[in-house]
Amino acid sequence: MQSDTLARSASKDNFLARRSGSDENDMRWLWIDRFVEFRSHKDPRGGAARAVKNLSLAEDIFADHFPGYPIMPGCLILEGLAQTGGILVGEANDYQQKVVLAKIPWARFFKEAVAGQQLIYDVELLHLREEGASVKGRVSALDPPAQEGEVIAEAEIFFAHLDQSRSQQLFGDHNFVFSGELKHMLGLAKVLAGRKEGA
Amino acid sequence: MQSQEEIYTKVSATLVEALNVDEEEIKPTSTLQGDLGAESIDFLDIVFRLEREFGIKIPRGELFPESIFQGDPEFVQNGRVTAKGLAELKARMPFADLAKFEANPELSGISDLFTVEMITRYIQGKLTSPNGTSN
Repeated sequence: MQSDTLARSASKDNFLARRSGSDENDMRWLWIDRFVEFRSHKDPRGGAARAVKNLSLAEDIFADHFPGYPIMPGCLILEGLAQTGGILVGEANDYQQKVVLAKIPWARFFKEAVAGQQLIYDVELLHLREEGASVKGRVSALDPPAQEGEVIAEAEIFFAHLDQSRSQQLFGDHNFVFSGELKHMLGLAKVLAGRKEGA
Repeated sequence: MQSQEEIYTKVSATLVEALNVDEEEIKPTSTLQGDLGAESIDFLDIVFRLEREFGIKIPRGELFPESIFQGDPEFVQNGRVTAKGLAELKARMPFADLAKFEANPELSGISDLFTVEMITRYIQGKLTSPNGTSN
């Protein structure tokens, strides 16, 4: 999924250009590394997901943000949270509907996230219906050698389901939201989960 | 049973959260789009919050009908809502105050029907008769 916290600030042309390429040409707009827990909305306890993101000093963002002081930009922390939540929302319709980030009613940041930490994204589904969905998310940072993560941010995120005609008009047939890479990532999560069960 | 004032207070608090406005900005007659700056996605946000706050279900299109007339010439002519269109509005939104709109039924004025007191009346009706929208 390529829901985009930056979409609102990006010009429409750039936004569309970035979306119109094939999977191969898309930039790797992945801000989570792996799902570690995934509970469908069909579960009586409600939908929830946990994903992790490792912050590597080798990532391009840290070259500029900031030299000598590598902290993860807040908007990209939210993007990771939105990707975790967006897949949870997308799964409810078997990834057939296009899910776009529509609104972040509130977000709070408590601490900086720095290179070398692991971010843990926990998202629960608050509302889900035909027109859209909302989730609440919490971001924790695991700072080695600590064993427990510390909460560094929280947010509520709103997704809209684009109806067919509108999304056709904007993006053509290409399902830019749930493209190859994210499906591969979900596949990986399943494979690893299977391996643990088998062990 | 919650009084109208209690409902209004909760509706205001909901709008403060959903639209990020100050409580002082909210008056019963404030229009959601014109006065409080609501955009399309905000309406769904408001619906979710009202459902949670009041423990009710708000079916799609009941509180905020998306497109009532669909460009139907029976309902709209030359940018104005016809008598038949007004009857349709009354049937679909019995909780809206149409008095002012009837005096000058420009189609573009429909968004002004969506006010804070309209939501309050809708919720009141909903709490009185959960299956209907009339009060």
